Amino acid sequence: MTTAATATTGPQGTVTGPRSTTARRLLALGRAEATLLLRNRTALFTALLLPLLLLLTLRSTLAQQAEGNPGLDVDSLLVHGSVGMMLGFVVYYNLTAAYVARRGELVLKRLRTGEARDIEIMLGTAVPSLALGLLMAAVIGTVGSVGLHLTVPVNPLLMLVGLVLVLATMIALAALSSAFTRTVESAGITTLPVMLIIQLGSGLFIPLEVMPAQVADVCRLLPTTPAFQLIRVGWFGTDGSAAATGFAGSWGTAGPHLVTGAIWLGLTVWGAVRYFRWEPRR
Amino acid sequence: METSSPSRPGDSVIEVTDLHRHYGSGATGYHAVRGVDLTVGRGELFALLGTNGAGKTSTMELIEGLAAPSGGTVRVLGHDPHRERAAVRPRIGIMLQEGGFPGDLTAAETGRVWAGMTSGARPVEEALELVGLAHRRDVRVKQLSGGERRRLDLAMALLGRPEVLFLDEPSTGLDPEARAAVWRLVRELRAQGTTVLLTTHYLEEAEELADRLAIMHGGRVVTAGTVAEVIAGRPSRIAFELPEFTGVSLPLLTTAEVTADGRRVIVQTTDLQRTLHDLLGWAHRHGIALGALDARSASLEEAFLAIASKAAHQAPSAPAAPARTARRRLIGSAR
Repeated sequence: MTTAATATTGPQGTVTGPRSTTARRLLALGRAEATLLLRNRTALFTALLLPLLLLLTLRSTLAQQAEGNPGLDVDSLLVHGSVGMMLGFVVYYNLTAAYVARRGELVLKRLRTGEARDIEIMLGTAVPSLALGLLMAAVIGTVGSVGLHLTVPVNPLLMLVGLVLVLATMIALAALSSAFTRTVESAGITTLPVMLIIQLGSGLFIPLEVMPAQVADVCRLLPTTPAFQLIRVGWFGTDGSAAATGFAGSWGTAGPHLVTGAIWLGLTVWGAVRYFRWEPRR
Repeated sequence: METSSPSRPGDSVIEVTDLHRHYGSGATGYHAVRGVDLTVGRGELFALLGTNGAGKTSTMELIEGLAAPSGGTVRVLGHDPHRERAAVRPRIGIMLQEGGFPGDLTAAETGRVWAGMTSGARPVEEALELVGLAHRRDVRVKQLSGGERRRLDLAMALLGRPEVLFLDEPSTGLDPEARAAVWRLVRELRAQGTTVLLTTHYLEEAEELADRLAIMHGGRVVTAGTVAEVIAGRPSRIAFELPEFTGVSLPLLTTAEVTADGRRVIVQTTDLQRTLHDLLGWAHRHGIALGALDARSASLEEAFLAIASKAAHQAPSAPAAPARTARRRLIGSAR
């Protein structure tokens, strides 16, 4: 066996490929999954157009809420909310459907007969969803902040932590949701509870500071709220509950969200490992 | 690569001891594999036969390391295939009973994915060539015929030039020509030193290919050995039809057992040549024409049917339900 990075010629003149590594496996799976996404019009439409339509609704909802709350920073919330919803659709929803589809075709079971570890199969399948979600979030974030003259992020590190937490939690939630979804068609229904939590309960569509205090407290404890709030705190220096702070102060504001976010990530990963199904029920 | 395991030529590559597999638990549980022992030597082709629900695929999955056994041990190339998956997988190739390739990728694209997942992969073209699918490289998997999909599956199992090859019903759904081609390919691989463990429904497949075989029933190995060993002691069979009126009774045939159903007569004998000689001599003397005369030596098929029906009578406690209906998990119910 060769460890070289390119194909080599063996003793009998046979051509032998390189050793399979984690990076090569993720790349191979990601590439296949991206090809499949491009060939599936329904999935592509859901991933690209649906969130854009929702953005229009988001703008009018926020403008309405600003009438009753004069201090609301509509522009910042609009960009933050758009980025969050984009990730919800493209990563969580899309990936749930992808896991269900590959399980139904026995692809997951077949992949497990190879050299890839379980975690590599799950992450490899997620590669295009993550890439597309991040790309769209980056475009919306950049265009939005430049066009609306938003501030430069207060604490980029915290934003990054929030982003990683959002993505990791969403992958785990997608794996968990796929366990309770029989067909790709029914994914629209089974993902509804989490999609509602992402949109309405995480401070994206309705900012937490607009909600009644008790409702906001409950929402702060929902699975995806902490991660989204970390992005907001890192960007604008506030989660809406207090005045904006600088780099140092933002860590203090982020503290409680970091704790609840980490707990939720642990719980969702545990649930995904426990309930994920590699082959269809017969 | 082989420094860590004691793999001198002739050593056993697969060792299975007292293997058990339960699905579920309690009243809804199902005991699919009930104490299987197997040894497959290096370069040997071993066939696992059995009726539906006999536990062949359940046993295969444990040897492949896809699941942990409920009891007993499995060693493949000296390693536990489930716990030491990373050590075993690069050296084996697996073909499952059913595909598992996305319908919207082409055959060549499927090959590229698998090449990325396989250490020391052959060129994809070469693998497709091996199974006669090179001309279908740009066709999407969902447009391939059932037989072509089986061959694609085989090509993926062969991609890493495996030392040990697991084939779960490799020729199911193939037309006779494709089946002959697959047999040829498997024989070639074996000649090059690949160890092969296969399950099959087709007894002639086992007869054609296998060095040794085991017949499973109700989760157990009922008999094992070479084809000659398994059919040894099984009677040969003569069948014929008598005319309406013979006017004479059948001769007394020694070392044979005669059963008649109307005019149709079946003779089972341990000495085919002698019994046939006696019978034909009798027919000749009386001028009797034996219709649809058929005489054959003991075959694996007869041995298999006899063993399966005998085992079914001996072990009435073994539920006949196929393993898949019992393959439920108690958690995560989505129904």
